[in-house]
Amino acid sequence: MNNRKASDKGGMTLERSYVLKMDNISKEYSGNRVLKGVSLQVRPGEIHALMGENGAGKSTLMNILFGMPVIHSTGGFEGTIEVDGQPVKIDTPVKAMELGIGMVHQEFMLIPGFTVTENIKIGRELSHPNLVSRLVGKSMEILDRAAMKKDAQAALDTIGLKLSPSQKVGGLPVGYMQFVEIAREIDKTGIKLLVFDEPTAVLTESEAARLLETMKVIASRGIAIIFITHRLDEVMEVADSLTVLRDGEFVARREIAETSVVEIAELMIGRKVEKLVEDQGEDTRVLSDDNIAVSLRNYVVHMPGELVKGVDLDIRKGEIFGIGGLAGQGKLGIPNGIMGLYTASGEVRVNGELLDLSRLGEALHHKVAFVSEDRRGVGLLLDESIEKNIVFSAMQVNNDFFHKYGWIRLHNGSATRRHAEEMVKKLDIRCTGIRQMAGRLSGGNQQKVCLARALTLNPEILFVSEPTRGIDIGAKKLVLEYLVKLNREQGMTVIVVSSELAELRSVCDRIAIVSDGRLASILKPDDSDADFGLAMSGGLKQGGGQRAG
Amino acid sequence: MNKRKIMDQLFEQKVVILFVILCVLTIIASKQPLTFVANELFTRIARNSFLVLALIIPVLAGMGLNFGIVIGAMAAQIAVFLTTHWGFVGIGGFLLTALLATPMAVFFGFLVGKLFNKAKGSEMICGLVLGYFADGLYQLLFLFIFGGVIPINNPKLMIATGVGVKNTIDLKDTIKYSLDTVPMLTIVEIGFYIVVAAIVLSALIKLIQKQPVNWKKSLISLVVAGAVYAVTFIPAVESFLAADRLLLLWAVELWIAIVLVWQIAKFLWLKVIRKEDVNVKRTLAICVAAVLVYAITYIPAVYEILIYVRLPVMTYLCIAGLCLFNTVLMRTRLGQNMRTVGQSRVVANAAGINVDRTRITAMIFSTVLASWGQLIFLQNVGTFSTYGAHTQVGQFAIAALLVGGASVQKATNKQAILGVVLFHTLFIVAPLAGKELFGNAMIGEYFRVFVSYGVIALALAMHAWKKVAKVGPSTEFAPASAGALGGGSSASAASGGTAG
Repeated sequence: MNNRKASDKGGMTLERSYVLKMDNISKEYSGNRVLKGVSLQVRPGEIHALMGENGAGKSTLMNILFGMPVIHSTGGFEGTIEVDGQPVKIDTPVKAMELGIGMVHQEFMLIPGFTVTENIKIGRELSHPNLVSRLVGKSMEILDRAAMKKDAQAALDTIGLKLSPSQKVGGLPVGYMQFVEIAREIDKTGIKLLVFDEPTAVLTESEAARLLETMKVIASRGIAIIFITHRLDEVMEVADSLTVLRDGEFVARREIAETSVVEIAELMIGRKVEKLVEDQGEDTRVLSDDNIAVSLRNYVVHMPGELVKGVDLDIRKGEIFGIGGLAGQGKLGIPNGIMGLYTASGEVRVNGELLDLSRLGEALHHKVAFVSEDRRGVGLLLDESIEKNIVFSAMQVNNDFFHKYGWIRLHNGSATRRHAEEMVKKLDIRCTGIRQMAGRLSGGNQQKVCLARALTLNPEILFVSEPTRGIDIGAKKLVLEYLVKLNREQGMTVIVVSSELAELRSVCDRIAIVSDGRLASILKPDDSDADFGLAMSGGLKQGGGQRAG
Repeated sequence: MNKRKIMDQLFEQKVVILFVILCVLTIIASKQPLTFVANELFTRIARNSFLVLALIIPVLAGMGLNFGIVIGAMAAQIAVFLTTHWGFVGIGGFLLTALLATPMAVFFGFLVGKLFNKAKGSEMICGLVLGYFADGLYQLLFLFIFGGVIPINNPKLMIATGVGVKNTIDLKDTIKYSLDTVPMLTIVEIGFYIVVAAIVLSALIKLIQKQPVNWKKSLISLVVAGAVYAVTFIPAVESFLAADRLLLLWAVELWIAIVLVWQIAKFLWLKVIRKEDVNVKRTLAICVAAVLVYAITYIPAVYEILIYVRLPVMTYLCIAGLCLFNTVLMRTRLGQNMRTVGQSRVVANAAGINVDRTRITAMIFSTVLASWGQLIFLQNVGTFSTYGAHTQVGQFAIAALLVGGASVQKATNKQAILGVVLFHTLFIVAPLAGKELFGNAMIGEYFRVFVSYGVIALALAMHAWKKVAKVGPSTEFAPASAGALGGGSSASAASGGTAG
């Protein structure tokens, strides 16, 4: 302690009272800086909320804390980590475990075929030695199931879960699995810090309430908690303090007692709306509530991880409509369901005509085109040439690019080539030629190929999902500008689905925010940051659905 | 609800039920006396069970059905060739062969495990192809290196030119029946020495590690072991134990006696001494079942079989020992790690288990056990087809395991033994049934080959089907099941090649 006092570098007098102190952490993934000098301090026994939009750097920060291989195989990180005031080097998950840092995972790290006891004691089984184990090693020791069961029962009692330790985890409700996961972390000796990664995302309301209670119980035993969540109401309810990250940067650390919901929302979203798109001259469009391009009623999509739980929405003909919201809240489910990629139900009308959602390709035949967020999976044939990629949907759906000889149809190579070359020029696709394989292109150029293919279908309505994900700023601008141009010049109805609020606010006429599979609110691009923040965090849920239209 | 449950259970066991029906029909069609079928069957159980049981550990470790046991069999065959050449005979020769095969199998198992770690998710197809590849190296060794590079001067084993090993090697004068004919008396004697050695070693290690030694317990164990050994000096017991085969009737009676004594002793121990709750109904049911089985032995047809079949004691003890080993292993820390890895590699990794290492260990166990299994097989058959003995080991063992109701993800000792019984019953009677029905044994022979590959494809397809049905239309798991199916269809595709 003495030498610590002597060195007054940084002037941190509170240093000793933090169980975890991460200082000035920076991380780069192949030239792309995802964390820029982030700091995080957690006191013993406090619940500290870590907040930020998707891509703010929360998971990277936690990966660093756990010494995940993904960090160390990509060149490590800069900055220091201290646990209990001692500088530590965490290079493997095992090291983090030894230091008393535990994680309650978002996707459960449980084995359904094992009992609750086996899951709680996984990797840390208790065992008796025997003759063979004395000769060969610890791995041949016989498990002491009775002692394991006793420990598991004690951990379950601590968090107040009434559950038999010999039950199989497979049949348990989802909410219980989360508690089993917590019991496992509690059971680890010397646990000091627990990370909860969006624990309430998969829980029902009552389960979530119980979880928050349990978190308080754990914290009261002196174990610090880092609580990663998007839900502002939960933060206000249980957290003692919070740190906000945005775009990999440290924004603020606040005590809950000294802040408000509105301030937190502003901190999360608050950024100057960069002008991504130049104004395209005068706006001569006529938008009317009587002329509806897409109308959804009681619309439900079963897309795993992006469930849509009942949306009513009207999109006017000729507008650019934005759909925003945090990852996993269901915004991606909306276009995927309409295109028939995931099972959907409810009423979907395109230009007044009802779509049969059970038929794949139904939307395409109604002149609806879609640029998928999953470029490499759904969007492109990676091992085919750019020209094939551009025309194959149109060949399939509209029977374009064929020579017709009676009932025989043969591929029209020259028409394909002409069209592909035109598209490459128009969208400025950087490639060695139209025969280059789509898989070899950069992300931005792949996105342009996807867009070119959608446009080749001559759609009236275009869904673009995450148009700028993983592409550089120049390409981003071009893609967005082109979308605006299509809208203004050809009167195409464009629906942009994106997690980047800034880009939605720079091109859209209206923005629907989806939260928990439902419509939270429809906002104007120039509405305040706080409104957007509240809508995304589920704070504006009441009555939001009715405002659609 | 209850009816539904029974139907579900029956559906679960569909493969087993199908094969039971097939077996019964073919036995009837073959018009063979049951004594003959039973005798053949018990020989084949002794021969093949060990190999099938060697498959269980990789299944539990999530590596699917290990087609790589072919490589374990090759290790055994190299060892058999060497000891035959050096002229070791009898049980000593057998043990030396096992000792020689083990390090080779450990090494091969390590390599196979390394390879499988690079091909996670497609171990089965990888193992199948690896078997063919290894067969090439094996042939190079036996056709060229033995004699060509390493001079081997043995006209009995080598072909006339001196380069390359003969097509078949006769084990009649060397290790044939060497394990089967170990007298029971010797077994008891060896058992006694092992127990004594274990007690002494355990006490010594504890002394060295400065841990308290339970002298009283050790002494009691020693006295009990000594008493059992002393009993064998009673002339009546001695003459009974002098034989190397046990009449099936006596085996059944002995088994019933052991079950009864064990159940009653356990009941008394828990109820009277420990005063714990015991499931009286269960104990009673087991005792009644044992008595019923004893009653069945008085049915003339059954009695006829029971006094006709003689079991090789040592071989059956080895099989029982392996069953016990599989069970005990799964109760150890290592076994638990294997099961965890088998269920989910991601979870295992997050729990700090070294996944790759655990998988390699599982592979080494399986390969070593397979090499011992092949030795047991060869000593019982008595002739060693140098270039053919190993080729179908993998397919036959896997087919037997699948017939027993095991799947790519779950396998137990019971399923292995049941599978051996059903599969080999079919194997014995199918050609005879073919001859009876069509006047041509070849048709039965074809049927036999068809069955062995067909069942692999069928069981894998059924498994994939069940998996798809469970997961539903979600695309996430479809590639995995497609992979399993791919493994199945390639196995059946390969059947065309080898059967032709």
